[in-house]
Amino acid sequence: MGGGAALALGAGAAHALSEDWLTARGFRPGMPIEGEETTPVEYATAYNNFYEFGTDKDDPARYAHEMTVDPWTVDVAGEVAKPGKLGIEDLLANVDLEERVYRLRCVEAWSMVVPWIGFPVKTLLDRFEPTGAAKFVEFETLHRPDEMRGQRSFFSGIDWPYREALRLDEAYHPLAIFAVGMYGKVLPNQNGAPLRLVVPWKYGFKSIKSIVRIRLTRRRPSTTWNDLQPREYGFYANVNPTVDHPRWSQASERRLPSTLFSPNRIETRMFNGYEEVAPLYADMDLRRNY
Amino acid sequence: MNPSAARYRWTQTALVALLCIPLAVLAYDFVREIRQPGVAFGPDPAETIVRYLGEWAIRILLATLAVSPLARLLRRPRLVRFRRTFGLAAFSYAVAHLAGYLVLLAGLDAATFLADFVERPYITVGLAALVLLVPLAVTSTRGWQRRLARNWRRLHRLVYAIGVLACIHLLWLSKGDYMDAALYGGVLALLLGERVARYTMSRRRRRGA
Repeated sequence: MGGGAALALGAGAAHALSEDWLTARGFRPGMPIEGEETTPVEYATAYNNFYEFGTDKDDPARYAHEMTVDPWTVDVAGEVAKPGKLGIEDLLANVDLEERVYRLRCVEAWSMVVPWIGFPVKTLLDRFEPTGAAKFVEFETLHRPDEMRGQRSFFSGIDWPYREALRLDEAYHPLAIFAVGMYGKVLPNQNGAPLRLVVPWKYGFKSIKSIVRIRLTRRRPSTTWNDLQPREYGFYANVNPTVDHPRWSQASERRLPSTLFSPNRIETRMFNGYEEVAPLYADMDLRRNY
Repeated sequence: MNPSAARYRWTQTALVALLCIPLAVLAYDFVREIRQPGVAFGPDPAETIVRYLGEWAIRILLATLAVSPLARLLRRPRLVRFRRTFGLAAFSYAVAHLAGYLVLLAGLDAATFLADFVERPYITVGLAALVLLVPLAVTSTRGWQRRLARNWRRLHRLVYAIGVLACIHLLWLSKGDYMDAALYGGVLALLLGERVARYTMSRRRRRGA
């Protein structure tokens, strides 16, 4: 009985990304951001918004180990010539990993600096050959209430699974990456293992975690926070100090860790300091398309 | 001193000590945090502390509102003597909550907090709740009770509105998850509902007589 199960697993399933896997693959080290300290790893892995595991900042670190990430498959469908469902290892078989140190600006007006390990979104999407009709790309997080206690919560206003999306040209921007690791190691579950999006010029909620589905679409997909509170969370959600969230100002942010003696408040920069993405929005009124 | 007065004094002291426990825990964590940053309050100490104080303010406020119904339920009308202690403790935690916000989150920057007071509805209602608590705290003494006579009761009915404002404050700052708002709001609804039910029944009885 036990032997049969082991055989079945060995035969078909892809295995989770392990430290050994990452060591074997290696990655090109990245440059730190000049004049900005990288957030200590113990904060970046213990202070998370991942509502699938609860709404307190320490809930994900406490409960995300309940999520099974091995095996893990990602289903790519929609406007692509070669749709498919692939195990995570096969999916990453031919990508070159590199480190990217990015600012992470949460819509809640706090921020960190995190060294991710990943690869451009374009690399992965191209493999499935998006058709000319594809205009947007939609991502979906794992929905598994048995292992994700936040999805079982009666008081949650969120319609699971969590969904996010980008315009295809945004997804193809070289700054947009899929991450599989951080701080030189594979992603901890609470940070979105084994595969997450990182879009550094947008508020953190756009950088969806633990992705199981990717769909290319003609029309703009609906996205979780935008559905829930369209006035507060726009589809674009570009970091923009001149457009306030209705409940708080976005002009400044608290760079974590802050201390008892200083909120460590700094000015928020347009596109989170990644001005090179501005051409993506050249003809758009960003006060309306927030 | 007669035995009942001694017992009252003792209970009163124990109650004050009890209501100080959350503050003592905070002070203890504060010292730990100063010795080694991050160890007690995580990467965002300001948010953690302000939230903690706010939660205790609303809990003790609800406890204040529970004293009279409890006294009626247990048929121990003298329990009502402890209501003032609960009320003043709720007020103290609310003041500490605001002070924490002003110092730790707003960094005492007037432009930041004045804009927040006006532009952020959840902060406006929270501030309104606290401002309305001030006259209640000031007139909580026996002297004021005597001076205001019948008006004292009328004035102190404000606490019902304050409870509602505090719960709205919590609801409006909730993001995606409404468990706390539902929990505290539910307790408040129960406590206010008891009063409405009693009032309706007493009116019906009077009309019947």
